[in-house]
Amino acid sequence: MATSALDQQRAHAAAGHAEPTGLWSWLTTVDHKRIGILYGSTAFLFFLIGIEALLLRIQLGSPNNTFLAPETYNQLFTMHGTTMIFLAIMPLSAMFFNFMIPLQIGARDVAFPRLNAFSYWVFLLGGLFLNSSFLFGAAPDQGWYGYANLTSRQYSPGMNVDFWMLGLQILGIASLAAAVNFFVTILNMRAPGMSLMRMPMFTWMSFITQVLLLLAFPVITVALILLMFDRFFGTHFFVPAGGGDPLLWQHMFWIFGHPEVYILVLPAFGIVSEVLPVFSRKPLFGYAAMVFSGAFIAFLGFGVWSHHMFTTGMGPIADTFFSLTTMLIAVPTGVKIFNWLGTVWGGSIQYRVPMYFALGFIAMFIIGGLSGVMHSSPPADLQQNDTYFIVAHFHYVLFGGSIFALTAGGYYWWPKMFGRMLDERLGKVHFWLMLIGFNVTFFPMHIVGLNGMPRRVYTYPEGLGFETLNRLETVGAFILGLSFLVFLINIVKTWRGPRNAPADPWNGATLEWSIPSPPQEWNFAEVPVVHGRDPLWEVKRQRGGPLPEPPRVSGQGIHLPNPSYWPLVAALGVAGVMVGVMAEPKVGPWGIMAGGLILFIGVFNWAFEPAG
Amino acid sequence: MSDHAHAIEHHETSTGLDSRKLAIWTFIGSECLFFATLISNYLVHKETWLTGPGPFPHQEWVSPAGQHFEPIIEIPLVTLGTALLLFSSLFVVLALANAQRGNRKGLLLWLGMTIMCGLFFVGMQVYEFTHFVHKGLTLKTNLYGASFFTLTGFHGTHVTLGVIWLITLWIEAFRGKIPPAKSLNLEIAALYWHFVDVVWIVIFPVVYLIT
Repeated sequence: MATSALDQQRAHAAAGHAEPTGLWSWLTTVDHKRIGILYGSTAFLFFLIGIEALLLRIQLGSPNNTFLAPETYNQLFTMHGTTMIFLAIMPLSAMFFNFMIPLQIGARDVAFPRLNAFSYWVFLLGGLFLNSSFLFGAAPDQGWYGYANLTSRQYSPGMNVDFWMLGLQILGIASLAAAVNFFVTILNMRAPGMSLMRMPMFTWMSFITQVLLLLAFPVITVALILLMFDRFFGTHFFVPAGGGDPLLWQHMFWIFGHPEVYILVLPAFGIVSEVLPVFSRKPLFGYAAMVFSGAFIAFLGFGVWSHHMFTTGMGPIADTFFSLTTMLIAVPTGVKIFNWLGTVWGGSIQYRVPMYFALGFIAMFIIGGLSGVMHSSPPADLQQNDTYFIVAHFHYVLFGGSIFALTAGGYYWWPKMFGRMLDERLGKVHFWLMLIGFNVTFFPMHIVGLNGMPRRVYTYPEGLGFETLNRLETVGAFILGLSFLVFLINIVKTWRGPRNAPADPWNGATLEWSIPSPPQEWNFAEVPVVHGRDPLWEVKRQRGGPLPEPPRVSGQGIHLPNPSYWPLVAALGVAGVMVGVMAEPKVGPWGIMAGGLILFIGVFNWAFEPAG
Repeated sequence: MSDHAHAIEHHETSTGLDSRKLAIWTFIGSECLFFATLISNYLVHKETWLTGPGPFPHQEWVSPAGQHFEPIIEIPLVTLGTALLLFSSLFVVLALANAQRGNRKGLLLWLGMTIMCGLFFVGMQVYEFTHFVHKGLTLKTNLYGASFFTLTGFHGTHVTLGVIWLITLWIEAFRGKIPPAKSLNLEIAALYWHFVDVVWIVIFPVVYLIT
C-alpha cells in the first residue's frame, strides 16, 4: 500500500511541483546543475571576449601593419591568454564538473552546495575584475606568465599588472574552493557499489584535476602575494637591484604553470574517454591503464616545470633532468592515445557530432603532443623558444586538445543539460569549419616559427618570407571564428524548438543517462545501485533492449539543501577587498575593511545558517 | 541539520569519513604547498641577503655610516611562544575529549586555555614585529626583512584566524550548543589548529635556530 501512496504523491507533484524560477532563484541557487549552467554560460561569454585574438590576427595579416598600436597589441595578447586559460577553458571544464560529476556518481548534489555557489560567484567577480581593466585603459600587458621584471614598478608603473595579479588571486580562491569541494564529492558521495575503479573516466580525470588544482594553486597564490608585496610594499623578491631574483618568479610560476597545463587538458581526456566508447558501442579499452596513466601524467606534471626555462641557462644537469622527465610524459600520454584508438578499433562507430569532435581531438592532440616532445630537447628548444613554433604547439594541445574535447562534451551532454538536441547538420558544419580553420591558422605557425618569427611582437618587417603564411593564418582564424558563429546559430535555432530530448539519446553507458533530460532538481528519485563500470549498459543488456523513458516524479520527501545568498555575500566581500587593494591609498584601506567586514558577515551567517 | 540527520549522513559517505572532516584534511594538504612555497622563498633568499644592508638575523652588521647593528632575533621570547603554541595543541585535544564526553566545564576550560595560548602567540608576534621595526628592520630594508615578515606574518594570520574560529566555538560551547553529537565542529577546528602548530615547528628552526 505504501507504494501506491507514493505513486499518488508522485503523480500529484508531477502535476503541480515546479522548480523555482526568476533571478532570485539563480542568485541563491545551490543546485550543482544550475551552478554548472552559470559556469558554462559565463565562461562562454568570456570565451567570446577571448576571441579578441582575431584582432591580433588582423594586425599580423600583413607586414608593418598599424592596425593595432604596440601597447594595445601587448594588452590584447596578454588578455587573450589569461582569458582563455582562466576564464574560458577552466570554467568550461568546471561546468562539466558541476553538472556531470554528481550525476555520474549517482549523487543528489555536491558535498558542499553553498561552497559550490561561492566558487562560482568568486569566479564571476574575478573575471569581471580582470576585464574591468579595459574600462581604465589599463589591461594587463605583460603576458599571461607575468615574468619578472616586466612586472616590477619600474617597468610597469601603471595599474595593468595590478589588475592581473589581483584578478588571478581572486580566481585562485574560486578554483581552490571548488577543488576541495569536488575532491570530497568524488570520494564521499558515490552511490552504493560505485567503487573508485568503477567510476566513469570523466569523473576519474576530474578527480585527478582537483588534486592538481589543490597542489598547484597555492604556489601561484604565494608567487602573486610576493609580487604584490614587491609592487605595493617595496620588497625586492623579484627585483635584482635589491638582491632579488627574477628567475625565482619563473620557477614559482611554472611549478604552478605546468600542472596548470594538465588542469586544462585532463578533463578533456575524460570527456573524450566518455564519448569514444558510447559512439563505438564498446567499453573503454584499458580502463585501469587509463586511470593510472592519468595519475602518472599528473605526478610527472610537477617535475617538468623548468622545460619552460631551458634558455635561462640552468646548466646541463637541470637541463638533462627536466628534458628526461618531459620526454617521459609522452609515455602515459601515448598509452592514452593507443587506448582511445583501441576503444574505437573494431567498434560499431556511430558518426554523430560528439564523435566527430572526439576523433578530431585525437588527431589534433597527437600533433600538439609530438611538437611538445620536439622541444623537450634543450638544444631544439633553444631554437624554438619564443617563436611561433611554441604558439603552434600549445594551440594544438589547448585548442586542438581542450577545446575540441570540450566541444565534443558540449554536443554530447547538451540534451542532458537543456532537454534539447542540437542540430546534427549544423554540428557537422561546425566541426569541419573548426577543423579546417584551426589547421589553417595554426599549422603554418610551425613553419614561420622554425624560420625565426618571434612571438609576442606586434609586427614583422617585409621580405623575411613571413607574409604569405601570416595572411593564410589570418584567413584561417576567421574561418575558426565563423565555426563558433555556426555553433551559436545552432544553439539559437534548437532553443526555439521543442524541449523533447529523450533521457538517453546516444545509448549511454553512465548514470546521467538513466534520468530525465534535463534532470529534476534532486537528480535521482531513488539512489541507484551500481554493479559495474558501465552501469546503464548492464541494465540494458539484462533487459535486452532500451529502457523506457524515466518518468518525471515528485520530489516529496527528498531532502534538498536550502537556497542561500550568503555565498554571494561572501564572494562580494572577497571582491571588495581586492578592489580596496587596487584603489587610491586614501580610500583603499576603507575598501579593504569594508570588503573584509562583508566577507566576515557572509562567512558567519553561512556557518550558522541551517544547511537544510 | 539535526544531530540525528547528521549522524546518519556520517555513515552514508562512501569512505565512512565525514565530508567536512575530509574537506579540512584536503584544505590542509593544499595549505602545505602554500607554506612550502613561503619557506622555500625564505631559504632561497638566505644566501643572498647578507650582501645587502642589515640588520641580519644571526650576524652583526656595521652600516657604511658606521652604525652598529646587533643580530636581531631574540630566541628566548619566541621559544616561549613556541612552547605555548605546542601546549595549545595538547589543550585542544583535551577540550575535544571533554566535548565528546559532554563535560561542558572541561570543554570551556581547555578550549579557553587553547585560546589564551593562541592569543599569547599572536601578541608575542605583534611585540616582535614592532620591536624589529624599531631596530630598523622593515619589509623594505632587505630581503631578510621581506622574507621574514612575509613568512611569519602569514603564519601569524593563520593563527589569528584560528583564534577567531576557536573563540566562536567557545561562545557556542558556553551557550551549550556543542553537545557530544556536535563535537565534530570542534574536531575540525582542532585539525586546523594542529596544522598551524606543525607548520610553526618547521618555521621556528628555519627562521630562528639555523644560522
